[in-house]
Amino acid sequence: MRPNNFWKTSSLISLILAGVLVVMALLVNMTPLGNSMWLRVFFGISALNFTLRASIPLILGALSGILCERSGIINIGIEGMMLAGAFGGFVAKVATNGWPLTASLIFSVLIALAIGGLMGLLHATLSIRFRMDQIISGTVIIILATGFTAYLFDRNAVAEGKFNALPIPGLAQIPVIGPVFFDNPPITYLTLLLVVIIHVALFHTRWGLRTRAVGEHPRAADTVGINVNRYRYVNTTMGGMLAGLAGAFLVLEAVGQFQEGMTAGRGFISLAAMIFGNWNPFGALGASLLFGYTQALQNELLLAGFTDIPRQFVSMLPYVVTIIAVSGFVGRVRPPAAEGKVYETEGSSE
Amino acid sequence: MSTENIPVLETRGITKRFPGVVANEDVNLTLHKGEILALLGENGAGKSTLMNIIYGLYQPTEGEILVNGTPVQMNNPSDAIALGIGMVHQHFQLVPVMTVAENIMLGSESVKNGLLDTRAVAARISELSQRYNLDIDPYAIIEDLPVGARQRVEIVKTLYRNADILILDEPTAVLTPQEIEGLFEVMTLLKNQGKSIIFITHKLKEVLQVADRITVLRQGKTVGEADPETATQNSLAALMVGREVILTVEKKPANPQGVVLAVEDLAARNDLGDPALRGVSFDVRAGEIVGVAGVQGNGQTELVEVVTGLRHADAGEVHINGQRMTNATPRAITQAAASCHVPEDRHAYGMVSPYPVAENLVLNTYNLVPYSHGINVDTRAIRSHATELVKQYDVRTPSIDTPGGSLSGGNQQKMVVAREFSRDLNLLIAAQPTRGIDVGSIEFIHNQIVAKRDNGVAVLLISSELDEIMALSDRIAVMYKGEIIGIVPRAEATREGLGLLMAGVKDERVPV
Repeated sequence: MRPNNFWKTSSLISLILAGVLVVMALLVNMTPLGNSMWLRVFFGISALNFTLRASIPLILGALSGILCERSGIINIGIEGMMLAGAFGGFVAKVATNGWPLTASLIFSVLIALAIGGLMGLLHATLSIRFRMDQIISGTVIIILATGFTAYLFDRNAVAEGKFNALPIPGLAQIPVIGPVFFDNPPITYLTLLLVVIIHVALFHTRWGLRTRAVGEHPRAADTVGINVNRYRYVNTTMGGMLAGLAGAFLVLEAVGQFQEGMTAGRGFISLAAMIFGNWNPFGALGASLLFGYTQALQNELLLAGFTDIPRQFVSMLPYVVTIIAVSGFVGRVRPPAAEGKVYETEGSSE
Repeated sequence: MSTENIPVLETRGITKRFPGVVANEDVNLTLHKGEILALLGENGAGKSTLMNIIYGLYQPTEGEILVNGTPVQMNNPSDAIALGIGMVHQHFQLVPVMTVAENIMLGSESVKNGLLDTRAVAARISELSQRYNLDIDPYAIIEDLPVGARQRVEIVKTLYRNADILILDEPTAVLTPQEIEGLFEVMTLLKNQGKSIIFITHKLKEVLQVADRITVLRQGKTVGEADPETATQNSLAALMVGREVILTVEKKPANPQGVVLAVEDLAARNDLGDPALRGVSFDVRAGEIVGVAGVQGNGQTELVEVVTGLRHADAGEVHINGQRMTNATPRAITQAAASCHVPEDRHAYGMVSPYPVAENLVLNTYNLVPYSHGINVDTRAIRSHATELVKQYDVRTPSIDTPGGSLSGGNQQKMVVAREFSRDLNLLIAAQPTRGIDVGSIEFIHNQIVAKRDNGVAVLLISSELDEIMALSDRIAVMYKGEIIGIVPRAEATREGLGLLMAGVKDERVPV
């Protein structure tokens, strides 16, 4: 199958999935169909809300991976960058507890972005300047982040307050769609916006064209005067910032506190979402929503007291779906051709 | 006007040194407006280095470059592009998954309101493609295009950047004869519209056909200029190689003995699962060269693969020295039957590019005494073997520890030939043994093949160059659509007769 056709089918799948979910949700919440317990578990507003909340860090992580890998740098360190960003955001929040809440939160997000960006820069430096294997470098990032955050974490520190939902006037009143899409905290809106922005940037701007060229055929980019490694540094740093933002979401919007290892594999699932989405922002969005939905389902099934199957099996659901999705599709997607390879310019032998 | 006499491009005393190698030494070159300058030289003569200097990819160690009479300093390709220099690289610099328009605008994008203005780019491409008769679709994806079209995209890429000086690096190496004709027409059209072209090649015939002036490079130095009106292939070859080159192969009459390779009713499919061989039968005797001619893609590749054990035969028999070798493993065939194989794609099948020359030279014998004892590899034996072969076969390499992939094409091929020829053989299978290599190496390899024949080896030669087949073979088999359509003794073969057979026209007088 040609990659272009595949990209069309994969976005078609996500569109159909989203469409079915919304239609079912409308039916369930507005007609007597809602009397069925099962349908409420699968399509209730709370399931949809949970889906979106669970998807946000996955979407950000996948976008982070897309930025890095489209420029040719494999980033398996998203998990670590996310965790570092979460920790940075938490420390900043605790330090500025005395400030007005909004200022303190925005400051904390900026710190999370900065920490994530620094981790990205570190990854880029290791892989480009020091030519380290990018898988190893990514692993280093994860170990570094896990170790440092656990060591530095003060269990008595408390962050006061988190982002609240900002209902969008008018739109938030639409039944079902309103409460799901238009009654969310700011990072959620920002993330959905970022999907569109990165899609447009990647496929319709100079930066995007050059980024893709650098990731597919760096020599071709070099011979028309593009600085390959500069693009890789910049993109990997920006990718780190997006992972940092995912961390900020966890601490400042979802949970409100930091916990050791709180990313809990989200960085890896977002890698799966990136692959499943064929390195495209909308593909990644669809894949993240699918994975998010399985998490919501797990949650809703447990809440509804569903006990016919041991709860451990229900808890496995998101991971099983991830494995099936990735193993079923991984041979059919096409990664950027030059990813993982050090680029040496023609003159570098001097 | 006085500006008419100023060359559009001039290099003065260009010297480029790499650690341990002088790639260019005191190179002087002039290019005038509206001319095609052929830069002729063997592989490794420093043509590509010189062009990379002119394109800003390398900086010269010494010397200067003048564009329109003004000395210029180029630190990267952007500087060269800004000066109106464009380059069509030997290995195309195109992103396969992107469209023609995206590839062409890359690095010089037109942007409207922050977004790429693909429509404007496509319009400009169509205009250029019409003006220079290049026939390309701006919205096609590169990987869907045939090689000839990709090359036209590269040409448009330079024209899009308003290049007045075009460097074409070995542009004909990858093209079919028809595509080469098309390219020459485009080059002439470009020249007539005032563009200046540097045409890099090592093919003598092409130079005489299309160039206005010829500069010859040897071992990094300019060794002479020639006028295509008066030069001959022989005089150019002598300039290139530095000595008289015999373009025709001298050989004694063949003295064929018993049958070594016998192929009967062989049938096999290609990678797509379509029939590629449909009942091929022939034999090769000791002490003769059987050449297989044919337009590429008529089953020659599959024939070699089946005979060497790389492809499964669906039907038919292969016998070597009377032993049944149908679908035997490649190792059984190379060792038990003492046959050797010079593969047509040396990078994919002939060598392990990152391995040092010494290891590449024992790929077929590393598991045998004296190179191996039990599970131990005898490095000393491998090294002394390599030192000897490098000398005997004149493989030009800095050392036997240099990775094989960093040698020039001709020397890589000599390395493969050295390894394959250096055993006691009964059967030699050479597929495109001189593809993409220079005149000096071709002469050398041809002589080696003839020497093997004279020693009583049976030789099966596959080549898409009819000249090569005619020069070497004692009998010529022509393949057409998976069949041997005719086998002609060399003495009775004519170029026209073979051409007809290659096109599938069967001559009743020729015994099959």
